[in-house]
Amino acid sequence: MSAWKSGQQNVTEDVTSEEYESWISNYCTLFGHDYFVEVSQDFIEDDFNLTGLSSGISHYREALDLILDFEPEPPISTADLPLIEHSAEELYGLIHARFILTKEGLNAMAVKYENGHFGSCSRVNCDSMLLLPIGRYDQAGVETVRLFCPCCCDIYFPSSSRYLNIDGAYFGTTFPGLFINTFKEVERQAAARHQKESFQLKIFGFKLSELSKSGPRMKWLRQFPTTPEEIEEYNKCEYSVATPQDVGKLKGSKEKRAEEKDKDKKDVVDEDVKSTDSKVKADDDDVTMKSPDGSIMSVK
Amino acid sequence: MSGGEEFTDESDFSEYWIDWFLGTKGNEYFCDVDYEYITDRFNLTGLNNEVYNIQLAIDLITDNCKLSDIEDERGNDNEDEGEEDDDDEQEKRNQEYRDEMEYSARILYGLIHARYIITTRGLQKMYEKYKNGDFGYCPRVYCQLQPLLPVSMNDQLGHSPVKLYCANCEDLYNPKSTRHSYLDGAFFGTSFPAMFFQTFPQLVPVHNTEVCCPKIYGFELHEYSKLNRWRELQKRKLITKLKANGIPVDNCNGGYASKKKESY
Repeated sequence: MSAWKSGQQNVTEDVTSEEYESWISNYCTLFGHDYFVEVSQDFIEDDFNLTGLSSGISHYREALDLILDFEPEPPISTADLPLIEHSAEELYGLIHARFILTKEGLNAMAVKYENGHFGSCSRVNCDSMLLLPIGRYDQAGVETVRLFCPCCCDIYFPSSSRYLNIDGAYFGTTFPGLFINTFKEVERQAAARHQKESFQLKIFGFKLSELSKSGPRMKWLRQFPTTPEEIEEYNKCEYSVATPQDVGKLKGSKEKRAEEKDKDKKDVVDEDVKSTDSKVKADDDDVTMKSPDGSIMSVK
Repeated sequence: MSGGEEFTDESDFSEYWIDWFLGTKGNEYFCDVDYEYITDRFNLTGLNNEVYNIQLAIDLITDNCKLSDIEDERGNDNEDEGEEDDDDEQEKRNQEYRDEMEYSARILYGLIHARYIITTRGLQKMYEKYKNGDFGYCPRVYCQLQPLLPVSMNDQLGHSPVKLYCANCEDLYNPKSTRHSYLDGAFFGTSFPAMFFQTFPQLVPVHNTEVCCPKIYGFELHEYSKLNRWRELQKRKLITKLKANGIPVDNCNGGYASKKKESY
């Protein structure tokens, strides 16, 4: 509000003054607003880019005038000003989410990305990979902004609380995906960091067993296919999650048939377990449900 | 470092060294080590190689001598031989020596701390700190603010700064604040989190299996979603293996949360 007022004062006092700052550039330099880029005036003035925004925002016309620094026809009463200011911020955010998907916007965000304005990933194996802002929802007012790491492909909370009032919808769900798809070197940077082995808990140098409660249960989360078998499995996952049986069938060579037999045996064991499981279930009268891979899981 | 010491020394001389140390900015990760544990020489086996003038450092930690009383005795002979007492010179050297001893005491405390926190009492104290979230929370969104634990990649002094372990994603993170990022990992050790969760298995979280996939207008990027499908396969293989060994995995500690609809 005060920012707008000072802007107004500047206009009235000295129109030619170079200190005059547009609403947009002022908004982007406010504390905690350093994730925003300045949306170009032309983009906002094109009504096509604002399709559908007018319905969700109160005082839409006044808010738009405020963003574009137009003098409102009947001057805005001081009572309405906070409301309009709020609408303007929301409108700017939603326009911003659209703008950063354009070529110009992506380039502007790339500059900010390279300067590390969005921070770096605190995960040790990501080795300070730079982050990208993301919203998990495209509707305003659902969740605040999160950060996406192209290396571990995961989302994180911003490290500073100053970003806690920035809406995620002002960046949108599409932005990081489009960004890494547009700038392939980001993917290359991420891939260069992938080789490192994932961390595992140890006691006096000894790894914990997978069967222990506190043993490694989330290794798959950061795993990449490395061995030929794993790559084969990976290729089987083209359109759906492959079942272990599918992967078994895939192996053609003689050497692998032996492995296949082992696998079949394992499958038999698995089926045994399943059947005993289901027996137990029948006894206990628990709720049973089918998991996507066909095995029966019990929910107590 | 020494400035803070001097200040507290003069303003509040009744304060214990350990309390002062724990109250210093940047030392929030430490818990207080029992007096009895420090004075038992058996617990300090081998530390005399790592710490300079260990006896004096122990006395400092246990408040048997005060830092301001320490005088540089190494140089005294030389000085007496050379020339008359130069008070300023002597005072300067004493101050240097005090700084050195204070540093030594900090190192010693850290190394004792690493041993102490894997004992029953130490684990209990770290449990309190864990519950309070003194080590921070996992920044990963899907970990839903899982408290972290300090861990090191190396037990040797000066090899690796402290890292934070998240039990939900089983991954390591750098401390959020820069004042913790230079803390030596050897003060916590490599075994601590594993020991912690072995001792308190009820604290092992139910792992959240939600994953993130970059999207464009709601459509997942193929390469990423393919990788996620493969990882899902790895997870299912692990579950099958665990079930074959009779280990429960559904919604229990150390198991997996039943999958919610993926929101992003």
